[in-house]
Amino acid sequence: MQARNYPPKPKDVYLFGTCLIDLFVPQAGMDAVRLLEREGLTVHFPQDQSCCGQPAYTSGDAEAARKVARAQMKLFAQDWPVIVPSGSCAGMMREHWPKLFADDAAYGPQATALAERVFELSEFLVHVLQPDYSAARAEPVKVALHTSCSARREMGTRVHGLSLLASLPGVEVVEHVRESECCGFGGTFSLRHPDISGAIVRDKVDSIAGTGCQRFITADCGCMLNISTAAQHRSVAVAGTHMASFVCERLTGESA
Amino acid sequence: MSKHPMQFVPTADFKERARGALDDDKLRKSFRGAMDFLQAKRRNQFSDEHERESLRDLGSAIRKYALARLPDLLEELESKLTRNGIQVHWAENAEEANAIVLDIMRRNQARRMIKGKSMASEEIELNHYLAEHGMECIESDMGEYIVQLAGEKPSHIVMPAIHKNKADVAKLFEENIPDTPYTEDVDELIQTGRRALRRHFMEADVGLSGVNFAVAETGTLWLIENEGNGRLSTTVPPVHVAIMGMEKVVAKLEHVVPLVSLLTRSATGQAVTTYFNLISSPRRSGELDGPREVHLVLLDNGRSQAYADEQLRSTLQCIRCGACMNHCPVYGRIGGHAYGTTYPGPIGKILSPHLLGLDEAGDLPFASTLCGACSEVCPVRIPIPDLLIRLRNEAKRNPNETVATPLRGQGAKHSAAERVVWQFWSGAFKSPKAWKALRWGATRLRAFTPGAQAGWTQHRTPLKPASRSLHDMLKDRDQPE
Ligand code: SF4
Repeated sequence: MQARNYPPKPKDVYLFGTCLIDLFVPQAGMDAVRLLEREGLTVHFPQDQSCCGQPAYTSGDAEAARKVARAQMKLFAQDWPVIVPSGSCAGMMREHWPKLFADDAAYGPQATALAERVFELSEFLVHVLQPDYSAARAEPVKVALHTSCSARREMGTRVHGLSLLASLPGVEVVEHVRESECCGFGGTFSLRHPDISGAIVRDKVDSIAGTGCQRFITADCGCMLNISTAAQHRSVAVAGTHMASFVCERLTGESA
Repeated sequence: MSKHPMQFVPTADFKERARGALDDDKLRKSFRGAMDFLQAKRRNQFSDEHERESLRDLGSAIRKYALARLPDLLEELESKLTRNGIQVHWAENAEEANAIVLDIMRRNQARRMIKGKSMASEEIELNHYLAEHGMECIESDMGEYIVQLAGEKPSHIVMPAIHKNKADVAKLFEENIPDTPYTEDVDELIQTGRRALRRHFMEADVGLSGVNFAVAETGTLWLIENEGNGRLSTTVPPVHVAIMGMEKVVAKLEHVVPLVSLLTRSATGQAVTTYFNLISSPRRSGELDGPREVHLVLLDNGRSQAYADEQLRSTLQCIRCGACMNHCPVYGRIGGHAYGTTYPGPIGKILSPHLLGLDEAGDLPFASTLCGACSEVCPVRIPIPDLLIRLRNEAKRNPNETVATPLRGQGAKHSAAERVVWQFWSGAFKSPKAWKALRWGATRLRAFTPGAQAGWTQHRTPLKPASRSLHDMLKDRDQPE
């Protein structure tokens, strides 16, 4: 991960909603829009968007991934930042699209240029918008934080998540055992190797439950769905909330 | 020597072995404990993040520098070693390497070999081969010795017996070493092992060792270790045979210093090891000890394939510290034996396809969440997840496709059915209309979402789409595009 230069606060941004949020947790996308609008931005959502291509990319079908990535690239024609409310998808677009098109004279430069404009939501809030949340609800709450591994390593999402949570009054982040360890999702890994994936997520659920927090906050929907549904499967009282939804909840007591 | 037959684990059936390991509570506890311990030891060694990162930069640069001139360095190494009186042999594959070692033993009328730790010798299954030819091999590294007594293979490249607990060792020693009562006292166990081995050092005709680094400019073989068994194996018997993968050469003596520091700190969390052995010649006249003959076997065994590809070449930067396995969530759950390969864990997943072909090892690159814990700790910055993705592509590639440098076993995991799935998937996601229709179907028909979803619901509740998609919700509020 390279240290990056952040742009000044823009007037317009794009939202790339990601396929998982789109279908399974759309409220997180709505909350992301609300947080961006709260800072006075116009949020553009190209209706033709779908997925960053990560599932095929990590499954060894680069060509299928390219097809899908190409279809997204043309949707973000203006020079506005592209905000992604999911760290691993942001990482895909920022780190892997340029590699995917490295040998492509037409799309290579476009991918590289676009990668520069891709920001994970909490990163963009912390580094560019620097919102003032001091008037948010103040009653104390303890939460655990989970960060997708690729997001942490490629996008620094854990640090951004921590600073965002620290800017909310009353929120205490409780560290869980082996917090940096993977939750076992790994996209299609969870389907290809259900036993190993199941063993890893079991430990993650136990580790979060061990803090006494029943709630974990994450900027990644894949991990969130993995950990929450694994907990539910065993009737362990642990559930995830998307970072955007949690911030909204603290701001008004309800999400958008 | 062992009552147990040697077990050779095939690389097929990875999933089944993984399942067996997951069900073995004792094994999982051993690995979890060992990994937590090793992770903490490493962390303590690298308390200064800045120093750690710049040392990793340096380590990576040194290894890249050496690989960029590998053919020249190997030639230089050969000529310097030869000048120093060390005989150099080239082995293209395991059979050749084994035959070379056997030949050296026969020419010296040798029957008994004492072995220091060598993963290269595990890779070529030397013990098995020599046993078939009537030779006796004794492992002298304590972990290797335990594994040999158990008739197993190492489950970790640095700590071969990491899967065994005290009770396992106590039982093995009681059963296999004469006059040994059962005890779980670790010091006593170590003393028992040492006593049993001491005799073998003295009786061995040949000592075999691995090599950590070979220095081209001086013709020096570096061997680091903690138990002194490496020193004894390479100095007491009249003949010393060293074996190493051909990538382990570095250009200059000064290049070894940062690499050793990275290696010991990453591997066992030690600032230095107890022993450094720098071997540069056989016994010279007037010297009191040392072997009269020293040989080096340089092993290719598939490494050339990795070398030939610009991206995959970085696999050969590896200095075999094992940190990637110590931090791997998959290795930590299933242990080393489940992989069925000499090198388990992340390094095994990127190296084994070259040694064995994708037809044999093609499952391994897929057995990863791509979390990147491995590359984060790798002292020479091998981009392991990127290499895994590349190998997945090669394994899935159509076997009939012609590519410039095909990998052995290319397309072994190709599945027409899976291709169709991805074609359907990319068709759906690249076409806004198709994705819209799918969203419509998934949200409107959510009541019909299946309760059993492939591997997902084995350990989780089913995923159910929301009643409205983000697209719909934003359309409703006239979100600008
Ligand atoms: S790949 Fe890196 S971390 Fe793994 S054994 Fe090799 S040098 Fe060590």
